[in-house]
Amino acid sequence: MGYSEKLLDYFQNPRCVGEIPDADAVAEVSNPVCGDVMKLWVKVGDGRIQDAKFKAQGCSAAIATSSYATEMLVGMNVADARLITRDQIAEALGGLPASKIHCSVLASDAIKEALKGF
Amino acid sequence: MRPEVVAAMMPVFTEHFGNASSIHWFGQHAKSLIDDARQHVAKLINAEAGEIVFLSGGTEADNLAIRGIAESQKSKGRHIISSQIEHHAVLHTCKDLEKQGFEITWLPVSRDGLVNPENVRGAIRKDTILISIMHANNEIGTIQPIAEIGRIAAEADIYFHSDGVQSTGKIPVNVKDLGIDLYSMSAHKIHGPKGVGALFVKKATTLKPIMTGGGHERNRRSGTENVAGIVGFGEAARLARLELMQEMLRVRELRDRLEAGLKSQIEFIHVNGENAPRLPNTSNIMVDYAEGEGLVISLDLKGVAVSTGSACSSGSLEPSHVLTAIGKTPDEAHGSLRFSLSTMTASEDIDFVVEVLPGIVARLRELSPYYKGNSGSDH
Repeated sequence: MGYSEKLLDYFQNPRCVGEIPDADAVAEVSNPVCGDVMKLWVKVGDGRIQDAKFKAQGCSAAIATSSYATEMLVGMNVADARLITRDQIAEALGGLPASKIHCSVLASDAIKEALKGF
Repeated sequence: MRPEVVAAMMPVFTEHFGNASSIHWFGQHAKSLIDDARQHVAKLINAEAGEIVFLSGGTEADNLAIRGIAESQKSKGRHIISSQIEHHAVLHTCKDLEKQGFEITWLPVSRDGLVNPENVRGAIRKDTILISIMHANNEIGTIQPIAEIGRIAAEADIYFHSDGVQSTGKIPVNVKDLGIDLYSMSAHKIHGPKGVGALFVKKATTLKPIMTGGGHERNRRSGTENVAGIVGFGEAARLARLELMQEMLRVRELRDRLEAGLKSQIEFIHVNGENAPRLPNTSNIMVDYAEGEGLVISLDLKGVAVSTGSACSSGSLEPSHVLTAIGKTPDEAHGSLRFSLSTMTASEDIDFVVEVLPGIVARLRELSPYYKGNSGSDH
């Protein structure tokens, strides 16, 4: 498939998996292209993301990008987090094969959706 | 490839490099090697050697059969009957003919993946020139009622093509009993080389060639013969015929053990086409709450190579047309895995998959927001 070592690591050992029962916001997005789903829980305080967890049902690229993006979120201020793009996520994981570029949209969409109210 | 196949091919590269069309010794020797291979391939499906046309593979065989009949018969009619679960080589060839003014009836299949012969009968029109229904499906392995369809085609005096790429060498095939006029085969599906295949063309079938040139293969397929490839195909066919019954039973037992082992350890899994006659070597399993590409990559990291019908793994991002045709939703197709066994699959390979797959599925399901009463479940 042409995945990087880093991407495979995030797929096999995903960080920030789980749910936050008292989350300030929960977003659930699905990928219109392939049907993958991601659910993102965030805890926000003082304009910063205090904690974030995710769950996802999807391909290896979807799981790795979801995990990486969720990990990235923790500690960021909300304004900066809103600026995270799918390309940043994909590049940080060593790039994605052309047919898998759409997978990184899932995480960037989930972040935008979760931070809508802040 | 099987080592015996490689061994048969090697001297063709180094010593027997003649062009089979040449009349000198080198050429005539190459020709005799092709003739031997033709006998072996013919015997595998109970055809006559003169009815075997060597070409570049299953895709070309399907193209030659369908386009060849369409072109030669178009003055009689422009209607073709096929099914929704054909291989892309048939599907896209027929779709191309549709654009050229041919009409195709795409027969549906049952939830078990079978074409109903009565639907074939019902679809026949005065202008029907060809029926093309695959012998066994490449994704779920279901074996179509080819003998019945062959009878219906013969009664109506319509040419009958069957894509036999998956079934050749896996189950007994007798083109005479099955009433087949054209049958597609591929060498690499029986541990022969890639880039070579054959089309069985029943004697006296009128077929317009799609490759024109020097008139090779009795004017059915021009182009200098791929002698080494053909010799490899012949050897693979010889071995397949020799071991057919024994391997069919052995591989089926392994496949059944694989399915039973996985079903006993993983909840929410289903075997596609389970209630239909199936090839002994194919197992298509649907895993709920997990995605196929993730399963394939996880297995690949453990050295197990399988495929999936998930949209996420296909360049087109479309879910498998076969799984869609048997009534599966894109979500269901998302979690499908196809295991292909062969003469090279050992008992330990099955044990290994049964050992590692449950853990892989459990891990991916842990990540799923939909698995087991997790919130947001409407899946």
